[in-house]
Amino acid sequence: MNACFLTLVIKKTVSNVCALKIPRKYFCNESVKVAGSTVGDVSNETSTLPDSESLLVVSFQALDRLTELYMSLTFLIIGHLSSQAGLNNTELATISVANHKETPMLDNLLLLPQEHGKNQVINKTIPQYDIAIVGGGLVGMALACFLASMPMTKQLNVAIIDSNPALGSSLHIKKKNPPDPRVSTVTPASISFLQDAGAWKYVEQNRHAYFNIMQVWDYTGLGYARYNARDVNKDFLGCVAENKVLHNALLSCVKDSDFKTTIYPTKLSSMTVNSSSLSTVKETASKELPSAQGHGAKLQLSDGSSIYAKLVVGADGGKSHVRELMGIKTIGWNYSQNAIICTVEHTSENACAWQRFLPTGPIALLPMSGKFSNIVWTMSPAESNNRKSITEEEFLEDVNYALDYGYGPHPSSSLSGTRDMLSLFKMDATISTSEFFEIPPKVTRLASERMVFPLSLRHANSYASKRVVLIGDAAHTVHPLAGQGVNLGFGDAYYLSRIISEGITLGTDIGEINLLKKYEKERKAANIMMMAILDGFQKACSIDFGPFNLLRAAAFHGANYISPLKRSIISYASGEHKLPIFL
Amino acid sequence: MACKHLGKVNDKSIERILHPLLSGRFFSKQPSSLKDNELAKFAAISDTWWDSEGPFKPLHAMNPTRLAFIRSALCRHFRKDPYSAKPLEGLKIVDVGCGGGILSEPLARLGATVTGVDAVEKNIKIAQLHAGLDPATSTIEFCCTTAEKLVEEGRKFDAVMALEIIEHVADPMEFCKSLAALTVPDGATVISTINRSMRAYATAIVAAEYILNWLPKGTHQWSSFLTPEELVLILQRAGINVEEMAGFEYDPVKGRWYLSDDISVNFIALGTKSRNTECDT
Repeated sequence: MNACFLTLVIKKTVSNVCALKIPRKYFCNESVKVAGSTVGDVSNETSTLPDSESLLVVSFQALDRLTELYMSLTFLIIGHLSSQAGLNNTELATISVANHKETPMLDNLLLLPQEHGKNQVINKTIPQYDIAIVGGGLVGMALACFLASMPMTKQLNVAIIDSNPALGSSLHIKKKNPPDPRVSTVTPASISFLQDAGAWKYVEQNRHAYFNIMQVWDYTGLGYARYNARDVNKDFLGCVAENKVLHNALLSCVKDSDFKTTIYPTKLSSMTVNSSSLSTVKETASKELPSAQGHGAKLQLSDGSSIYAKLVVGADGGKSHVRELMGIKTIGWNYSQNAIICTVEHTSENACAWQRFLPTGPIALLPMSGKFSNIVWTMSPAESNNRKSITEEEFLEDVNYALDYGYGPHPSSSLSGTRDMLSLFKMDATISTSEFFEIPPKVTRLASERMVFPLSLRHANSYASKRVVLIGDAAHTVHPLAGQGVNLGFGDAYYLSRIISEGITLGTDIGEINLLKKYEKERKAANIMMMAILDGFQKACSIDFGPFNLLRAAAFHGANYISPLKRSIISYASGEHKLPIFL
Repeated sequence: MACKHLGKVNDKSIERILHPLLSGRFFSKQPSSLKDNELAKFAAISDTWWDSEGPFKPLHAMNPTRLAFIRSALCRHFRKDPYSAKPLEGLKIVDVGCGGGILSEPLARLGATVTGVDAVEKNIKIAQLHAGLDPATSTIEFCCTTAEKLVEEGRKFDAVMALEIIEHVADPMEFCKSLAALTVPDGATVISTINRSMRAYATAIVAAEYILNWLPKGTHQWSSFLTPEELVLILQRAGINVEEMAGFEYDPVKGRWYLSDDISVNFIALGTKSRNTECDT
């Protein structure tokens, strides 16, 4: 026996194990490099500036931090009412559950001991699933889609509980009709998840609008920023699609795969989780056989049936019933602001995303293929009610006023001095630096009804407990304007599917808390970051104070002319960077 | 370090150094390879096996990493498809010293036909109860017995698992012989344990038992640890050739274990029983 042989054996083993890609996470702790992160190179350049300019650099670095944060916000807000509108159907479902929830829940509590004898008979026919997804909205269906696309998870038996009739029959989307006002802005990161899962091609078959330019400015006329996808060597900054198009795409993707899903067109009324921690097992063991306890969580549905699932996924929106049943507390607050959303028409095609900050709140104009655009306008509840009830002509006039000359002048393309000062950073100038301010196209017609949504922020204290996990809005409701809501949800679904796949690879019980906590740990940090930014944005926006306005204008300029900063902002908002800092 | 040092001496001198150990002189002379006080130690904490925050927390944390090794090594050895969700289908595996079934259950979910044995009756009861909660694991056969008794019964398995157990047995040589006798020719034997190194003393005993309180004090005795060289030698004597070996490394920041080529503390080895050596010396 030779010691060298031993070393060889070890080396071989480790390299062999590493060669197998699936459980790789366990073997190497190398961090994954994000493609297109050119930011690092550029910041190196700035740090090697001559001494004479270092003072200026320092002061700009301080400004960077501020502008960075602020501009991340400005970019993000341009999205859409995805979180609320995206899960609208499921939310409606949960609201109605909540309305009569007392009765079934009490019934259940009272009846359980009496029905005990019966239960054991029924037990044999209660279907057993690996995963029960409560809420078949965008995020719930995205999870099903991701699970269907991975080799380790595609043999799972999944139940989807949602009373939305759209899940039953494939919706036929007529291209002739004007677009629905409930749309989502999908970031490049989410698009790549959906592409991998094979769902994006269904979106592309229907109406959708990629945009590659975005312009952000404010009512003081002091500054503006234009972003171009070419700054980060991309073809587009995002894609706007109607929620029904996205939902239908996910549904078709799941249906066209050989993934075993059963849709329960009903609602969840109560849930019992068999804790398999030994203390409980010991107590119950003497009384009944373990098999009689059922396997995993037992879900009672409002149509009287029940199912067992090893893992229950709460994807049932901001008013999550799963979250409530599990007693998971949330923190959050309501903004005293409402958002009006609607579809509008122009005389010419719009291919750019526009965002303007007004003293009352931001207004966004998103391209919606052809001559259509989508409006998201934040304002006080009183104003929103007023603007909902006024005539179409008055409303359109208000919109054009808000997007063009209202509240303040257009920003000039070059503030004297600012640009020269900032030319220091132009060594590797981004393309859009040379682009001038443009006035958004005029809105000529209202193409849909006006919808009003209240804005709020909510975050669950915990995303995971034994056999139960929350994803999407059930775990976190962000400022609904952000358009990041659905993207955070897709991120949750994607990461959860990866964690489940990893668990199956290693033979883990997929409802095991240790596994689910891994998901929580990963997503909580990312989600809280985004929520803090969006909340901070909301607050920064509502300040109308002279010096602050100047600072905001400086931030616009900084974000427009400082190339590394600009790239960093675009990357973060595209969902490619975890933190909006130069990493 | 140990490897380099041993590289200079020839095989004969290693055997001379190890002779007292291999002949079992270092260990109490009991007919079974188990130590009574070790059994009592585990019986006392057995009802916490499935509490992932309890005394077996480190084992729970380590389990996915152990399984990653076992999965890929067994897939290679038995030429199974590693991309399948149940790659171990068709394999008969025995988990010696199964405890509460922390390893037996995942192996069953990966498709294997699993037998779990443990000398502590309480462990077996807990393992049975817990495995019964999931239909995928309720088929595991749990028996309160020892490896020696299984040999007497003439049982044979495609793969034999003895994880974190050899440091608790009285006579490692005899124990390895029993493992070999349980393995079919060309079958696999997987053993994991802690190295008898200074680093292992500092981490597995001082840190884990006295500072971090991960393990009850007195869980491990440094003198009963085996070095990888010793393990390879005694396995060879039992007719098993070690083919793969890896170390476990703990990342305290992430709280996760990783496989590495550093075998100075925790390590795991897979050996194959050669076809012609029917070991009943």
